[in-house]
Amino acid sequence: MIRPDAEPLLEINDLHASVEDKPILNGVNLQVKAGEIHAVMGRNGSGKSTLSKVLAGHPAYRVTSGSVRYLGRDLLELEPEERSRLGVFLGFQYPIEIPGVSNLEFLRVSTNARREKQGKEELDTFDFDDHVRDRLQVVQMDPAFLERSVNEGFSGGEKKRNEILQMALLDPVVAILDETDSGLDIDALRIVAGGVNQLASPDNCTLLITHYQRLLDEIIPDYVHVMGAGRILRTGGSELALELEKIGYDWVDQQLAAEGVA
Amino acid sequence: MTSTSTRDLVSQPYKYGFVTDIETEKIAKGLSEEVVRLISSKKNEPKFLLDFRLKAYRHWLKLQEPDWAALGYKAIDYQDIVYYAAPKQQDKKQSLDEVDPKLLETFEKLGIPLSEQKRLSNVAVDAVFDSVSIATTYKEKLAEHGVVFCSFTEAVAEHPELIQKYLGSVVPSNDNYFAALNSAVFSDGSFVFIPKGVECPMELSTYFRINSGDTGQFERTLIVAEEGASVSYLEGCTAPMFDTNQLHAAVVELVVLDDASIKYSTVQNWYAGDENGVGGIYNFVTKRGHCRGARSRISWTQVETGSAITWKYPSCVLQGADSVGEFYSVALTNNCQQADTGTKMIHVGPRTRSTIVSKGISAGRSSNSYRGLVQVGPNAKGARNYSQCDSMLIGDQAAANTYPYIRSQQPQAAIEHEASTCRMSEDQLFYLQSRGIGFEEAVSMMVSGFCRDVFNQLPMEFAAEADKLLALKLEGSVG
Repeated sequence: MIRPDAEPLLEINDLHASVEDKPILNGVNLQVKAGEIHAVMGRNGSGKSTLSKVLAGHPAYRVTSGSVRYLGRDLLELEPEERSRLGVFLGFQYPIEIPGVSNLEFLRVSTNARREKQGKEELDTFDFDDHVRDRLQVVQMDPAFLERSVNEGFSGGEKKRNEILQMALLDPVVAILDETDSGLDIDALRIVAGGVNQLASPDNCTLLITHYQRLLDEIIPDYVHVMGAGRILRTGGSELALELEKIGYDWVDQQLAAEGVA
Repeated sequence: MTSTSTRDLVSQPYKYGFVTDIETEKIAKGLSEEVVRLISSKKNEPKFLLDFRLKAYRHWLKLQEPDWAALGYKAIDYQDIVYYAAPKQQDKKQSLDEVDPKLLETFEKLGIPLSEQKRLSNVAVDAVFDSVSIATTYKEKLAEHGVVFCSFTEAVAEHPELIQKYLGSVVPSNDNYFAALNSAVFSDGSFVFIPKGVECPMELSTYFRINSGDTGQFERTLIVAEEGASVSYLEGCTAPMFDTNQLHAAVVELVVLDDASIKYSTVQNWYAGDENGVGGIYNFVTKRGHCRGARSRISWTQVETGSAITWKYPSCVLQGADSVGEFYSVALTNNCQQADTGTKMIHVGPRTRSTIVSKGISAGRSSNSYRGLVQVGPNAKGARNYSQCDSMLIGDQAAANTYPYIRSQQPQAAIEHEASTCRMSEDQLFYLQSRGIGFEEAVSMMVSGFCRDVFNQLPMEFAAEADKLLALKLEGSVG
């Protein structure tokens, strides 16, 4: 939902970042306001996933220049855990398995860390149990998954549901969903997308990182951005995604070649 | 991260490193037959015990220090060690009021309150300071049930027939180099006797404290559970920080008769040396239990976090039919620590069962080896063993090894062995962090998740303590 008077939640200015001294992001500019859903598209290697990791604070990615303001503060100087507590959420493309750590306990500690920052009361094990069972409905997840170790032995679809469950619990201000649709069959995709739609509100914003149009059939973005060579090459409305479905990404190469980049 | 921050994280100062300033009676350094006789005479021992010591000493002289473990350390100079040190106080106190307040204070500081008002409820404690036991709590209450829980020295004086009957019956004085040394010079330790049919009404616990810098600690623990008896016993250990190494060579013997059980838990936190491997305890320990009776059971649970060198294989000889042996272990090494630890399950009787669950965590530049033997004899028809050995590596400079030995002379035995190694990865830590969980908490969550199967076996009061201890060992300044 686009509102001209909405508050900017995330402002990315000329962001450059590298991994092992190899530059991946080369000047990303993006502003996301409250209530908006943005889709970031592009080929493999265009820098989409790197952008999401940098925003979440992955230690392997080094920001070389540029800035990211989040709710008026410098996001880049915050530790990853601090970003999460303040409402930045990254839904992982490949959620990590953590053997031996109970999913329920993990969700509770994580939720309480966020709640403390929000000035909300800490939930003890009993209250949390009720709370999480309520949130499970968002992704129609079987409570049995709470008893297992974090993501251990989950199928691809179960892992993605577990990500959206975390999103539902953490009540983020900025939700960045990295290839949330990958590995999902059409039913699971609908459930996951339904969860994301339920959680979107006029007070938060969503950044969908995706390859495919099919997720955008379920979650209608307000803006679509196309990334190439580590920056945003083109921005449009939801119709841009449909156009890309038809024309593909060859024009990206031509544009970059014309600029002398590729 | 991350190798840097993991390094910071695992270098946590040792909080038990203080020295108690107390007058100590020490004998001169060095080991000889005269020293063995001197120790025995200081303790007014009966002749059988002096003979036991001398036989052990003479045998020890013929032995070579074992070198098969995956451990590297500077040769130990056995003539540079004090073999007997005791805080100067009168004979064993009748009441705690007479114990030197400095000693009580020391144990208080270690979190082991001995004074009547502050005692841990339902845990009886024997406190051993350097070579001697200074106090045992709840003795009278235990005596009402016929349970004997006292220092080894007292047991020799008051129950010599039990000592003579059981001492060396599980770990013979000539068993191995360090057991022979211990048998020759052991100073004190704990003795527990649970008579027929008695379920010990409280947890028993011994707390070992090394205080002197040049003193070896050689204690001896003997626990006997008669038919149908049961007991849960816990030992804890700490030592001050010295830049020299202290030798700790203990022997623990457990005897269980028909239908009896002993659960023996250890939280070992001897000083581990500094981050460059200077100082720390050399821990060479022989622990063995003998399931003599049918349906008897021995369960070893250990949480090994300290010592520069750990050489320790708590074992079970499963002789009684249907007897059960268990070994649950967490060994954490950091900095330059080296651990070679595991177990031996010797199946002698029919339908004997054993379970081994070992979790090794190596951080820093440490080395952590599991070494275990499962042996099934020709009469152990229907014997079963299940072993699981998991290793976790933190950082990229630590080592983990697994040396399982399996010998079976019984075609109808079932032996299973599973092993795994994992590395605590940057991505796992980042995942937890990106959910609002701080770096240190993320590490400790993963470590305690990894160790859960073992912690579940600890007595409840100590499970939380062990969890905290691991977290502390891995805690530090995260930049």
